[in-house]
Amino acid sequence: MGEARGPAEQNFRVRARAWLEANATRRSDEDGRQARRWDLASARVFQGKLHDAGFAGVAWPTAYGGQGLTPADQRAFDEEAREFDLPGEFFGIGMGMCGPTLLDLGTDEQKLRYIRPLLRGEEVWCQLFSEPGAGSDVASLQTRAVKEGDVWVVSGQKVWTSVARFADLGALIARTDPDVPKHDGITMFVVDMHAPGVTVRPLRDMTGGATFNEVFFDGVRVPAENVIGEVNAGWAASVRMLIHERVSIGGTTRSRRGAAFATLTEVARSRGVDRDPVVRQRLAELYVRERVVHLFGTRLAQEARLGRSPGSRGSVGKLAGAELARFSAGVAAELLGSDAIAWDGTDREAARWAAALLSAPAGGIAGGSNEIQRNIIGERVLGLPKEPQVDRDVPFRELRVGTRSPSPRAGGS
Amino acid sequence: MGAENLVLTEEQEELRDSLRRFLADRSPMSRVRQTIETTEGFDRALWDRMAADLSLQGMAVPDTCGGAGFGQVEMSIVMEELGRALVPSPFLASAVLATNALLALDDADAIRELLPSIAAGRTIATLAVAEDGGGWEAAKIATTAVLDGDGWRLQGTKTPVVDGIAADLVVVVAHAGGELGFFTVDGDAPGLSRTRLAGLDLTRQLASLEFSGTPARRLVCEDATGALNQVLDVASVALAAEQLGGLQRCLEMSVDYAKARAQFGRPIGSFQAVKHLCADMHVAMELARSAVRYAAWAADAAPGELPVAAGLARAFCSEAFFKVAADTIQVHGGIGFTWEHDAHLYYRRAKSSELLLGGPVKVRERLAERLGV
Repeated sequence: MGEARGPAEQNFRVRARAWLEANATRRSDEDGRQARRWDLASARVFQGKLHDAGFAGVAWPTAYGGQGLTPADQRAFDEEAREFDLPGEFFGIGMGMCGPTLLDLGTDEQKLRYIRPLLRGEEVWCQLFSEPGAGSDVASLQTRAVKEGDVWVVSGQKVWTSVARFADLGALIARTDPDVPKHDGITMFVVDMHAPGVTVRPLRDMTGGATFNEVFFDGVRVPAENVIGEVNAGWAASVRMLIHERVSIGGTTRSRRGAAFATLTEVARSRGVDRDPVVRQRLAELYVRERVVHLFGTRLAQEARLGRSPGSRGSVGKLAGAELARFSAGVAAELLGSDAIAWDGTDREAARWAAALLSAPAGGIAGGSNEIQRNIIGERVLGLPKEPQVDRDVPFRELRVGTRSPSPRAGGS
Repeated sequence: MGAENLVLTEEQEELRDSLRRFLADRSPMSRVRQTIETTEGFDRALWDRMAADLSLQGMAVPDTCGGAGFGQVEMSIVMEELGRALVPSPFLASAVLATNALLALDDADAIRELLPSIAAGRTIATLAVAEDGGGWEAAKIATTAVLDGDGWRLQGTKTPVVDGIAADLVVVVAHAGGELGFFTVDGDAPGLSRTRLAGLDLTRQLASLEFSGTPARRLVCEDATGALNQVLDVASVALAAEQLGGLQRCLEMSVDYAKARAQFGRPIGSFQAVKHLCADMHVAMELARSAVRYAAWAADAAPGELPVAAGLARAFCSEAFFKVAADTIQVHGGIGFTWEHDAHLYYRRAKSSELLLGGPVKVRERLAERLGV
């Protein structure tokens, strides 16, 4: 992009590119789809080499295993790395969310214990936030942690947990005081995913795949020193982690320029409908929608480089991206016609777009639903008033949560 | 990855701020309301101040031709502010369409003689392309020019012509023998009859111009079709910027009203049904702004990308502005449907701008073609 960069950053970028050329594989597809599937063992080996070479935790403190460089250097690395096939799926949550939150709020002991193995890929992290009864309203979570001497005993269920099957550690939020309003009785913990009482079950989603898991905690004992931040200050810690999440999603999923337009134009051509005026209208419309979302991402990134924080405007990209995914899948189905509903097993395009059609709804739900994004834009960007809130000043146990009825007396939930 | 620059410089931000103050001061909506009731339909005093105080008409005209020598990025800032304030003025006709037509041709004499006066706001000019039933495209032009002695004479009807009544000078695209050519005609030339058209948009004057043996000057031009495309591309960027400005103002009106208006005991903006409508307007604004920035950058710095970028900006901003203008009336409810409220003025402008220079279907078809579909 146009603006000037410092010589140190330029140097670092050149080194990063050279290392990637020598040690990583370039993505083969034009539109950047992943070429290879990593297994955990080879992913760990790669991540260790990446850390040895000085490219893991670029802007993190050296005292804990980072490289001590600047966020601009990290962005430079990310930009270079986008062209290559890195094993991000196992380490993304640790690097993008759990690690940064530990650096913000963890004790010195915690940082010394956890950050280096995280950066080296020796320990995989997952994030244990959502529950069956706590989705958009995650502060209404019901997983409980009860103090018994020096340990907290955790019971409850988490859901939509990516990489939990491979995770060694998790950042968990649990209810530590049900007698205060919901935001005031939550604590964040580091949990050992191999501890007795932790059960991970893959959750099959509507595409037929299973990228998420359900995680059950049945009397899991968590040492007191594993609290991240303060007891009952877990909501603030969660908000921090969600901010890191938004930044990390924003940084990695910026769509390739014109990817859906280009492939669907090919589809139209190969099926001989590219001269059809209606098809041409749809393709042009797809180009426009896809390009403006991409341009918005570029504009935010350029503003960020000038020191203007994107803040809640990240929600604009998230929302527009989710709607674009639905629109693209719709155009694809229109072009493919009956091939979108029944196809020859060798027809990769048809299979790919059927998968896109099936995964499109996820974009409007995962990482904050479209409705939540619109609330964020309405309230934090435009300054519109919130809905009257009925859950702010009431003890958690008296609230309706999910499908649970309130329990005014102590003891039951 | 392109090298597009989508962020304004501090100087450009200052230009926007000073322009916004100038228009708030000189052309508040009360003034706009008065102006559209006049026969002339635009504010000549304001037009003169725009030239004298801010040199707006010559913003993107090279300094060698009497302009300020800035580019399309600055021009897009001007258009956005004019659109935001819904200023009734022949700016699009004169400073954008006619000016860029002269700049796209190869007629140094005409540029030297005509452009300085247009850039200074002394001459109001326009460009006449569209014809009855046709669009803004070369293939639909039926007006002819014939050589009569040593002068050219025009025959045909151009409609709609933006600010065709106010224009002192009309640049006309017509067939001369087998090829397309550009001509200039004086606004008061014999054999030119001008009719003011009833219009959807009360803040932009459209006219029908009938040429019956009207004497005209032929401008030197090697590739008239190419020049016409170039003019329409640059004008599309400017018009998209104007649409962005109107959209921005509608968003602001809606948010302000949603905060102020209470029903069922609370501000209507606290209801998600209304809040989400406003949030969608904001998304449209951010995306439209990104498209306009890119297209203006392309016009200045990457002419090869302009044909696609201009179509992109026009297609997106046309649809976005009209949707936001319609939703603005929805957020305002009954009051938004009254003559007194400004919402309908923006709604009218939005639909009118969408269909000017060729409507959305044509814009998308042209875009598909340029993208190689």
